[in-house]
Amino acid sequence: MSHILVDRLVKTYRISERDPGLAGAIRGVLHRRHRTVEALAGVSFELERGELLGFIGPNGAGKSTTIKILAGILRPDGGRVEVDGRDPFEDRERHVGRIGVVFGQRTQLWWDLPVGEGFDLLRDIYRVDEVRYRRTRDELVSLLKLERVLDQPVRQLSLGQRMRAEIAAALLHEPDLLFLDEPTIGLDAPSKLAVREFVRRANRERGTTVLLTTHDMHDIEALAERVIVIGHGRVLADSPVEALRAQVEAAGIAADAPVEEGEEGQDGQASLAIEEVISRFYTMHGAHEA
Amino acid sequence: MTLQDLVRPYRAAFASRFLQMLQYRTAALAGFGTQCWWGGIKVMVLAAFYGNAAADELPMTLAHAITYTWLAQGLLALLPWAGDPEVAQAVRTGSVAYDRLRPVDGYALWFVRSAGWIAARVLPRLALMVAFAGVALPLLGWGEWGWQPPAGTGAALAFALSALLALLLSVSMVMLLNVAAAAALNERGINAIAVPMVVVLSGNLLPLALMPDGWQTALLLQPLAGLMDIPMRLYMAQFTGWQAVGGLGLQAFWIVVMVALGRLAIVRAMRRLDVQGG
Repeated sequence: MSHILVDRLVKTYRISERDPGLAGAIRGVLHRRHRTVEALAGVSFELERGELLGFIGPNGAGKSTTIKILAGILRPDGGRVEVDGRDPFEDRERHVGRIGVVFGQRTQLWWDLPVGEGFDLLRDIYRVDEVRYRRTRDELVSLLKLERVLDQPVRQLSLGQRMRAEIAAALLHEPDLLFLDEPTIGLDAPSKLAVREFVRRANRERGTTVLLTTHDMHDIEALAERVIVIGHGRVLADSPVEALRAQVEAAGIAADAPVEEGEEGQDGQASLAIEEVISRFYTMHGAHEA
Repeated sequence: MTLQDLVRPYRAAFASRFLQMLQYRTAALAGFGTQCWWGGIKVMVLAAFYGNAAADELPMTLAHAITYTWLAQGLLALLPWAGDPEVAQAVRTGSVAYDRLRPVDGYALWFVRSAGWIAARVLPRLALMVAFAGVALPLLGWGEWGWQPPAGTGAALAFALSALLALLLSVSMVMLLNVAAAAALNERGINAIAVPMVVVLSGNLLPLALMPDGWQTALLLQPLAGLMDIPMRLYMAQFTGWQAVGGLGLQAFWIVVMVALGRLAIVRAMRRLDVQGG
């Protein structure tokens, strides 16, 4: 059985709109205007246990929405989702006990609590056995180099420290499925490398299934064997990174944009930098954000 | 799952919020200062009012009314003034998503967090108020303007139980404000409506017994009386025996109603939840 099964998933949002200026504001009071946006328009894919999937697409493509549905936070408007054979939204309490989630743009640790106390609180919230908890925590603390920040309040951490603490927080209950939504956003090079190395180890050594979204294509190159490209709420590609490259390069001969020299390919020919591959792929599919 | 395992997340969430909120000493002292000032003014207004009325026509003595006032000032932070700021912030920033990721009952998690928040605000202010109006004023020779002890041991016990129920009732109302904030994605409008109703109908502005006779039954039966007025009547032994049981029962009844409403509302709100930003 697949670890994750997503079948023709649909999610729509109502967006309220208002014309600019005073007249627009007054009109907005009298008459609300809404527009329905299809964030997901039939996304389907499956993920096996132990896979590491890169989930990419332009801003607004529906990546985070998909993760939030898979995590049981949002309810889909159509289609079917199963994680470990469970419906994430309807069976939320049991589902979320088995997953770990990091949203790079938010914090799950309590702002005013020292990091270590936040970890202890999560231990109790996830009802983790004390002995197991200590072992997992100590391992995470040493792998993510958090020794020095355990006593500091979260609000006083640097972004890099905080992100490492966030990742540890998401793994204290030893989930077998990990969602990472832009975990390297805003990080400096050493922190990015540390996060990548950690994710790779979690996936290879512990067999944790990982679903990763990012705009840093080096994350994808370093980690993911398989990539799903999503645009306008649809799956545009589901393939190994190299297959994307081949597709773009085949089409690139006809494209009018000059080919920028990237790293040398194995066969000695110039091959495109990963950013260039992805960007051209978006263009080929008209996937850029509206 | 054992009972201990079942309650473990909620106990920890309560304790963490409670201990964290206790750190805010300046807020407690400032609140206490304001409450003493307002308490003093209210006591003087009551004294003027009693000076111009025939004492035997009034439903409570001046000493009782003064005690009521100090106790009400001490318990000010117990009232459901506003939704929990932590919940409001989570909703505004979208970190409400993380609350939905915890393998616990969503309503109960917010309930215990809010309970910890309120309890940690009430206890230091109450202790300071007892020290001021219950100890310092009598020591200074102004005992008649001070806070009198409860009518007896029975009254004290009934009051303690009733105050605990008042806390639960208050949190169940705060939860309605929380859920409304989550549904509207903003808390301000909702809080603005809550404040005037709470001040008047809980008995905080004026003991409910001093309001017009024709309103008494309705005033006692409405849910906000359980926040302050019922505990006060038990403290002063205005309610004893079956009346006391009735008062406590009324509080319990409204807690059940508010929790049921809150749970219905949270399920609805979470089905339509938007997570703001990114």
